[in-house]
Order: sequence, then C-alpha cells, then structure tokens
Amino acid sequence: MAHDTAHTDVIPEQGHLEHKDYMDSHDGPAWGGGKRPFKASYGKLMMWYFLLSDAFTFAGFLIAYGAIRFSMPTWPVPDHVFSAFPGGFHGWPLIFVTVMTFVLILSSVTMVRAVQEGHRRNKRGVMFWMALTIIGGAAFLGCQAWEWNTMINEEGVTVTKNPFSTHLQGGTYLTGAEIEGAGFEKVMTETHGKTATYYLEPGAEDIEENRLFVKQNHQKEVLAGESFKEEDPYLITYNHDTHLYEPSAFKTPDGSIHKEAFGPIAFGSLFFFITGFHGFHVFSGVVFLLIILINVASGLYHNRSNNYEMVEKIGLYWHFVDLVWVFVFLVFYLL
Amino acid sequence: MADLSYEDSKKLVFKGMALLAVVTLIEVAIALVGKGYVIEGFHLPVWLMYISMIGLSLYKAYFIVYEFMHMKYEVKGLAMSVLLPTGLLVWAVIAFFNEGNSWNQRRTLIKEKNAETIDDTRKSTGSIIDLKDVKNLN
Repeated sequence: MAHDTAHTDVIPEQGHLEHKDYMDSHDGPAWGGGKRPFKASYGKLMMWYFLLSDAFTFAGFLIAYGAIRFSMPTWPVPDHVFSAFPGGFHGWPLIFVTVMTFVLILSSVTMVRAVQEGHRRNKRGVMFWMALTIIGGAAFLGCQAWEWNTMINEEGVTVTKNPFSTHLQGGTYLTGAEIEGAGFEKVMTETHGKTATYYLEPGAEDIEENRLFVKQNHQKEVLAGESFKEEDPYLITYNHDTHLYEPSAFKTPDGSIHKEAFGPIAFGSLFFFITGFHGFHVFSGVVFLLIILINVASGLYHNRSNNYEMVEKIGLYWHFVDLVWVFVFLVFYLL
Repeated sequence: MADLSYEDSKKLVFKGMALLAVVTLIEVAIALVGKGYVIEGFHLPVWLMYISMIGLSLYKAYFIVYEFMHMKYEVKGLAMSVLLPTGLLVWAVIAFFNEGNSWNQRRTLIKEKNAETIDDTRKSTGSIIDLKDVKNLN
C-alpha cells in the first residue's frame, strides 16, 4: 500500500488554482497542497523560522549576561574597557566599536541592493553588491579579531581572569617606599628572564594572592601617588615581561592599605562567548555569501527564474546578523 | 516591494542607511555626553540614558526587520508567527534581569546578616525568622 500512497501527491490541474502567482513558485505544487502558506515559499518561511530559533539562542545568552551583570555589585565600565583604537591609541571610548557597527550597517545596505538587483534579474548587479557585502563582512571580522587580540594579548582578559573592574572607594596608589613603610617586605624574583618586584606581608607565603605591586600602566609609566575616586574604573596591569598580573596597593582615606581586586570573572567568558558566537554567524554568513555568489556567477539562479530567491534568503540571514549586533552593541558597549 | 518602483526602493535603501547611521551616532553621543566625556562635569540621568538607548536600539531593530527584511510586505500571519514568540523573549529578558537584581540584593543581605552579632539576651518569639528579615526579603 505504501507504494500507492506515494502517488497521492497529485498535481492539481491549472484550472483549479486560486492564485495566479501559484505557477511562479518553484516549490513544486505549492508545498504539495495547492496553496502557499503565508504566501511565502517554503525556503523563505523556513529561513524566518530558523532565524526565530536563532533569536531564542541569542536571547538565552543575553539573558545569562544580563542576569549575571545585574547580580554583581560592580561591572567593568564599557567606556573604559573598549577605548583602544588601531595605531596605538588609547582613551577613545567606544570609537572603534562604532566603526565596526558602521561596517556592519553598510554591509546590510549593500545586501538590500543585491536583493533588489535580483528582483530585476540583473545578474551583474547582484554579483557587484554581493561582493561588497562579503567585503563588509570580512572587514567586520577583521575588526573583531583586532579587538579580541587587544583584549587578550595586551590587556590580559581571559575567560577566567578579568583585570577590569571599578573602585568601590576612593584612594591613592602607593609608592614602593610607602608600602615598605607600612611594614611590607620587598621581594625581587627572576621570572621569564626578567625581574619581578613586589611586596609581601612579613611571613606571608609568596603566592599570587599575597603579592602587592606598585601601580604602573602597560606603557611602564609609574602611576604611584595618583588618586582616584569611588566608581572610577581601573585595569590591573598585565606585565608582559614577567607574565604576571600586577594588582597594585592603594591607601583609602581611613589609612588602611588595600589591593586592587580582579573584576567579575564572568565578564571575559560572557564577552568572548557572545561576541564570538555572533562573529561565528558573520563568518558563516560570509562563507554562504561566497557560495551563493559563485552560484550567481554560474547563472544557476538566473535559470531558476524565481527572481534570485536564494539571494533573498541569504539576505534575511545577513540582516539578522546585523540585528543581533544591534543588541550586542547595546548591552556590551552602550549600557 | 511590489508597490514601489525600482528607483524609489533604491532611494529608500540609502535613506535607511543614513537613518541607521544617525541613530547609532546618537546612541554613542548619549553614552559619551551622558557620562561626562565631552562636556566636563556634565552628566545625564542614568535612567534617561538607558531608556533612550534601549528605545533607539529597538527602533533600529524594527527598521531592519520591517524595511530591510521586508516584513512589512509579508502577510500578517507570517509576521505574527515570528513576532509574537519574539515578544515572549522580551518578557523573558525583563524577568531574568529582575532575577539577577534580586540575587544581588540577597547576596548583600546575607553579607549584612553574616556581619551581625547575635543578641543573646533577646527573648524567643516562637517565630523562625525575625519580622524585620521578612520585611527585607520582600
């Protein structure tokens, strides 16, 4: 009987069709039932539902990020964390990520143009605008690679260490003499062929948690003696010579000596995972755009005579990637 | 799409680009001006910054979905089957952000409680927890 039922998918005769545009569809006999659900092709509708499921995935990540951030008494200040710019510039809050956002918006615009040219069946136009879209996507990935590299290799953020945090009280960074004056012992150790200088409480074990450093930034400028206010952001310096983080000593107005604490651990893993997952979407998008561009060039979609619907589908995906970035940009960089 | 001529829709795309770029610039300007980077000593209220930035981002999302992804030109059923579940997500986001806030408050409360010294002279009331703790938890 199974053999018979395979033939029940009878194509209705043309006279029975309700919609004139039915014959434009290349999904066979309108999904087999004679009518196109939601007047959309199967492929396009399923792309929408795939994007909906992807939105749930991203929302899950953003919920994790938001819930953890809300549950913390402090959080790294984005304007301080994201303030580097290619060419060795520092202290330019949010400028680089704004450039990244523009790149993605531009590539979204070129994608819309590619779809429009597809509706006119202009093969050269589709190819031109798709090529620009691919360049935009690749440029975005390049920007992200630079951003990650700066954070990991220069500033020392990893999935388990977050040197960015915020002062909970005002104070002043101490010089070496002041730390020794407060009864700490100066220790000098050879590590990675360089000398690390730090201070320990007398009798305290020489482990990472007990070491106090004199504040200096990544350019090796000593900042001891500088004051800061409550809620000022700070970065625990990662010394590239000694491969050590240098949590520095400071004195609060009540005279007690404290050490810079690491920021919320989850920051690094959330940032790298969520922007990485988005970057992976961009990367997959670039790969699919390339494949479809090659197919466009071969004339495959032209011969299908469905107004380059494949370009429209990858366009939906590409805009979704831009859409996710709107929210990643909002929660990681703006707020 | 079908209602617009090719020239018109082309114009609309570049208008869209300008709009998204300007909205992004406004967002960044709010963040930088509001936090006092541009004018020394000038800050915007935090709630105003957050509401305007979230509002502008939602507007960008609406624009991308309706214009660039052509949701505007799809039938209502398709639009609703995608947008209603997304609406549920918005609810989930708000709920879990509140949850995170509650973790923060409870952690602070536990810290305060741990720092408290026990008053041995206090008489038992028969209640398992103090009335003032019940108030704090709510």
